[in-house]
Amino acid sequence: MRIFRIIGRSVNSSFKSIFRNFSLSMASITCTIITLLLVSIGILLSYNINNITKDIENELTIVILMDKKITSEELDVAKTTLKSVDNVENVKFNSKEAIKKDLASQNDTYAKIVETWGEDENPLQDSFVITVVNVKDINETATTIKNIDKVDRVKYGESMVNELINIFDVVKNATIVLVVALVLVTTFLIGNTIKITIFSRRSEIDIMRLVGTSNTVIKLPFIIEGFLLGTIGSIIPILITIIGYTYAFNSLSSAEMTNILNVIKLTEPSSIVYLTSLILLIIGSVVGMLGSLRAVRRYLTI
Amino acid sequence: MEFIEFKNCSKAYKNGVTALTNANLSIKKGDFVFIIGHTASGKSTLIKLLYREEKPTSGIVSVGGVDVSKLRNSKIYKLRRKIGIVFQDFKLLPKLTVYENVAYPLASYGMKGSEIRPLVLSALEKVGLKDRTRSFPDQLSGGEQQRVCIARAIVNNPKLLICDEPTGNLDPDTSKEIMDLINKINKKFGTTVVTATHDKDIVNCLKKRVIVMKDGLIEGDYLKGGYKNNENI
Repeated sequence: MRIFRIIGRSVNSSFKSIFRNFSLSMASITCTIITLLLVSIGILLSYNINNITKDIENELTIVILMDKKITSEELDVAKTTLKSVDNVENVKFNSKEAIKKDLASQNDTYAKIVETWGEDENPLQDSFVITVVNVKDINETATTIKNIDKVDRVKYGESMVNELINIFDVVKNATIVLVVALVLVTTFLIGNTIKITIFSRRSEIDIMRLVGTSNTVIKLPFIIEGFLLGTIGSIIPILITIIGYTYAFNSLSSAEMTNILNVIKLTEPSSIVYLTSLILLIIGSVVGMLGSLRAVRRYLTI
Repeated sequence: MEFIEFKNCSKAYKNGVTALTNANLSIKKGDFVFIIGHTASGKSTLIKLLYREEKPTSGIVSVGGVDVSKLRNSKIYKLRRKIGIVFQDFKLLPKLTVYENVAYPLASYGMKGSEIRPLVLSALEKVGLKDRTRSFPDQLSGGEQQRVCIARAIVNNPKLLICDEPTGNLDPDTSKEIMDLINKINKKFGTTVVTATHDKDIVNCLKKRVIVMKDGLIEGDYLKGGYKNNENI
């Protein structure tokens, strides 16, 4: 019972202290809000860049043009061989007839050209379109495919793909570094602000020690206060994250914007905002608590 | 056995200043003792050793049979719960009311609110501030703040009351009132009182045991002393 009374009084005193030291509490909360907003932007940016690069990676395909004189049996063999190649994820066959029809349906000019071709005069080639498991190994996969029997040409935009892969790597690493750096800066800033709050109350801690309060009982209200300041400070960034991101998602998903920004497709809010909010809440409360504990411990040593 | 004992006790600070040299002193239970001396004579260090705000460099400091110099930092609070301390600057929590300030030590021990209330009101009655429970420290005069400090020091009925320059910030009339109050507590409740002071009038008026300190040494110990006997200090 004694322990519950002490905890209850500590919670009570933490709330009182937040209001009685209102300006300092506001300073801590404001600092937490600003830094957590930065963290939130960092997380959302990093997650979306990652997703966009993944989407682009998924759209990278290898087009294999087969020999013009290939027979249907040889096509079957080639399909089976392609499927067995390492790193090949999906194999899709496009017959030259299908491509012809597709061309004809695209516009009138194409349709007129296609009409001039006789029954056996289709100059197009049967082809396979394959997607790969790992884009990084696309060069090796293309080389292997080139050596398959009856393969005429292999196209996958070599120079562009290599450049893209390098850019993706840099962007991914940069966003990870950004988020980690922001979390560290946040930890430092929140911890330091709470340290200043407690520094201004060192005489209070001194008095508590002198009247026979145990170190645990002195620490408890400060730890709870740090936790509360961090938690309160994370509420606004959480709300901004949820409302702001949903708004940004809806704006970018509107029909006109989709036409303009074909590549920039934001991730669905439901899959990211709640996770980000949870991360913000944890960072705010835990950093607040630990920053407070660290600061108060300094004034408890004699 | 003596209630307070200093045996060959010395204290040197990290900056090289030796504040106390080989002090030997005994104080009986229920005694009222003044420690007098110039600034930097070592009286504050002697007082701080009693409530383990400082640790002796060598020697023993015993309070109620416990060698306080050997107490671990995390256990000091147990010693401080048995003693009351009155400070020159009152050391009241500015954001707490008079009642909350006096109740603070008891609440921090985890006592029930219903047990705390009569003890706090009784302590405030002893110092004559029962009607100021809701005031904040900055709404009180210096003398009243010192009374609150005394109430907080005696609320737990300590066996030892340590006063470090209790009248240092007060005018002569208020100083006399405060010392009369401390004297009354000593007489009525048998609380041992150790008071460090500069105040000649009070020492002369109360005629209690006086320990004279100079340059970290105990220079004199007078049973019915006063500044009159020690005008050279």
